[in-house]
Amino acid sequence: MSLSVALFYAFAAFTVISAAGVAFSRNIVYSAFALLGTLFGVAALYVFLGADFVAGAQFLIYIGGVLVLILFAVMLTHRIADGAVSNRAAGGPAALVAVGLVAAVLGRALFKARWPVVDVLADGPTTHAIGDGFLGRYVLPFELASFVLLAVLVGAIVVSRKELRS
Amino acid sequence: MPGVPLQHVLLVGLVLFALGLYTVLTRRNAIGILMGIELLLNAANVNYVAFARYSGAPTDGQIFAIFVVMLAAAEAAVGLAIVLGIYRNFESIDVDATHALRH
Repeated sequence: MSLSVALFYAFAAFTVISAAGVAFSRNIVYSAFALLGTLFGVAALYVFLGADFVAGAQFLIYIGGVLVLILFAVMLTHRIADGAVSNRAAGGPAALVAVGLVAAVLGRALFKARWPVVDVLADGPTTHAIGDGFLGRYVLPFELASFVLLAVLVGAIVVSRKELRS
Repeated sequence: MPGVPLQHVLLVGLVLFALGLYTVLTRRNAIGILMGIELLLNAANVNYVAFARYSGAPTDGQIFAIFVVMLAAAEAAVGLAIVLGIYRNFESIDVDATHALRH
């Protein structure tokens, strides 16, 4: 087994273990920091899958943006002192059965299906092709995305403003 | 990724998806549920990038993954703004506490 393959499996295990931390931790702050590990691990997997730009976007947007936002909300809205009850879970066994069934079906499909795999590419920089795609074939979704982001900016400000509440 | 079969990458996505689904189903804390949604979106993204890598034409899948990341950021911003609003009105972010639309 070559070093890169071993590293891939190490990062995959790291990702899965951190995700388990998000799912099962009793403390919402621990969950948030476990989410940091998951997002980092997924970014590493992107690097191994030859998606350098997506990995960079994952770092900047998820870890730099979304996670900071989540931590901010956690700190703002909860009495961190009683962390033991900050992340209560309900219906664990039933949810475990439901999730187990879904995972069993998906796993069966995953291992039964014959995926047509073409694995010949040498990994190279992807930014050129992605930029071409954004301003070529996917220009309409790209423009729509900027409208969505504008609407989200305005919407988030309106929803969280104090004056409108009274 | 030479040496790693596609199924193993998809398995990582599957486990992430299952854990995210479990988080969404069991958490009572609205922020915990949002974290579960982030896990679900990341699972989908891992699959996008994996299929892109193993299909021989990596660009399309990666572009979709970037769209998903963008929408996840938008979702987190609006979702957390709503959570803050709920906290201001109900003094709690338990989803059980928010069974009424008005206070």
